[in-house]
Amino acid sequence: MNFSRRTLLRTATLAPTAGLIGHALAADPYKVAFVYVAPIGDAGWTYQHDLGRKALEASFGGAVKTSYVENVEEGADSERVIRQLATTNQMVFTTSFGYMNPTLKVAKSFPKVHFAHATGYKRATNVATYSARFYEGRYLAGLLAGRMSKSGVIGYVAAFPIPEVVGGINAMLLGALSANPKATIKMVWTSSWFDPGKERAAADTLIAQGADIITHHTDSTAVVQAGEEKGVYSIAYNSDMSAYGPKTCLTAVTMVWDGYYINAVKSGMAGTWKSDDVWGGIRAGMIKMAKLNPVVPADVAAEIATKTAAIGAGTLKPFAGPVTAQDGSTKAAVGAALADKDIASINWFVLGVQGKV
Amino acid sequence: MPDGGILLAMLVATLRAATPLVLAGLGELVTERAGVLNLGIEGMMLVGAAVGFMATVATGNPALGMLAAMLAGAAMALVFGFLTLSLLANQVATGLALTIFGIGLSALLVVDYQGHPITGLATVISPGLSQASPMVQQLLLIDPLVVLALVLPFVVQWFLGRTRAGLVVRAVGESHDVAFALGYRVIRIRYLCVVFGGAISGLAGAYLSLAYTPMWTENMVAGRGWIALALVVFSTWKPVLLAVGALLFGFVTIAQFQAEAMGINVPSQLLATLPYLATIAVLVLISRDATRTKLNAPAALGRSFHAST
Repeated sequence: MNFSRRTLLRTATLAPTAGLIGHALAADPYKVAFVYVAPIGDAGWTYQHDLGRKALEASFGGAVKTSYVENVEEGADSERVIRQLATTNQMVFTTSFGYMNPTLKVAKSFPKVHFAHATGYKRATNVATYSARFYEGRYLAGLLAGRMSKSGVIGYVAAFPIPEVVGGINAMLLGALSANPKATIKMVWTSSWFDPGKERAAADTLIAQGADIITHHTDSTAVVQAGEEKGVYSIAYNSDMSAYGPKTCLTAVTMVWDGYYINAVKSGMAGTWKSDDVWGGIRAGMIKMAKLNPVVPADVAAEIATKTAAIGAGTLKPFAGPVTAQDGSTKAAVGAALADKDIASINWFVLGVQGKV
Repeated sequence: MPDGGILLAMLVATLRAATPLVLAGLGELVTERAGVLNLGIEGMMLVGAAVGFMATVATGNPALGMLAAMLAGAAMALVFGFLTLSLLANQVATGLALTIFGIGLSALLVVDYQGHPITGLATVISPGLSQASPMVQQLLLIDPLVVLALVLPFVVQWFLGRTRAGLVVRAVGESHDVAFALGYRVIRIRYLCVVFGGAISGLAGAYLSLAYTPMWTENMVAGRGWIALALVVFSTWKPVLLAVGALLFGFVTIAQFQAEAMGINVPSQLLATLPYLATIAVLVLISRDATRTKLNAPAALGRSFHAST
């Protein structure tokens, strides 16, 4: 955080000089801009995107110059920021769902600029979309939870009942069931992406009701800390939060955007960029499990490694049948698996989740 | 059915959820009883949370962190006091500005300290917390600030209702002209109340960053300052009623989580509104006598005072 803010200030003061030098020397650097919905902070969604930005700069040396604007509210404010960035950059990444329509609107006025929008579903000739298969990481987290839990009860603090969250909960339970057929998930909706106090209270509640592994689909580190304080295992989300739970945080499902950003910029520089929809998971390296806590036994760690490779190779599908919904209906028969479009619009819970969408 | 362990967990969770609301609410209540409306609670809580966190990281001592948080909250309140009491700026506008200022300032202050994990207050006091049995663990989570939040409402009630100084504060809030004519230093008394409100709001913020969720993230108070403000009005400016309202709000929030975790079949969106509905319903019921409510509201609330008028 400190580093990047100072860098930003330095960039701001040196920008005019840098421009002159650029002209005096060879070709101008390829300019790439990022729009962030939250402050970069030390953990979470935006932090992971910023790691990707730094990796991009590092891999191209001086040939690519990046800039970013953090804490941009979705809506009218974002359109102004995107428009501003489009005037001076060749490629713009907009990293939150709510930037979808502003991105498309601005893209119309800048046909020569390449845009890429994270987690959206609308594309144009110069607007691509990209997202990660969060559920693949969740399945592995579930497997680990199933092996490490004594009670078989997993506590899940979730923000809102949208497909991305619901799919993650289902994948986690399916993973846990593969290790322990009696596993269940107890869950609480906090109705907020970010409220550390509520997340903490929800985690405490789940622990009191017998959950001995807790996880979250919210943006703060509160759940991991609740586990550390009470000696209960946790599995983090978005980024590695082991610093907040050194004894109890087993691992984290993290999103890694480095490869996507580097590839997109490479094709942009080569002139081969085209609008597409990237939905990458473990195989593409967009989803990675953080380093396992030393308390995880070696045989379990080996099993996680094998299953990670199997998901990467495509031989293990998290939503492979039989998948039974809460109401008893069969969603995927033995030998079949849910299709991508069904996963992307999932709005029902797997049998064994104690909660309601 | 909930067993003893779950009931105890609910009780402790309720106390912990209510503590920041009680503390910040009492600060605002005393401020308003002196006739000053400070809408900057959220900002003062955030700065208190930020400074308390920084001081704890720097010194390793949560007690010093809490002290620093109180001083920071008081400093914020002093800025508000200078603008509204000395320069006679509009209290509503200044209070809102204080909140917005606090959101930005707190984020800026902690830039160099962000990401430091700290040990929670309860673990500092009882290091064996994570190994203790669930029942003992619950009891160990009742830290000194929770106890303070249980005692302070009675102290403030006694101060405002039974002491001469409390009577003077109320006189200033009811009619600053009469209080001034009687020889009381209206501005000085208001300054003291505003600064007390700021200090205790800062402490409420520090409870969040040091005890409840031991960490710092931007905007972590997440609207609790506004809930505290609403509780002051709904409790008809009575400290003990305020505490009851805060406890009720905390209880329904926790009960909602418990009900969901048990798999009770009610839409989550409806459950999420319950804490607000229940608190408003109960407090409206308590204060349904309109005349008494009016008598309780400080008559000079939000009005600027200058000795020449």
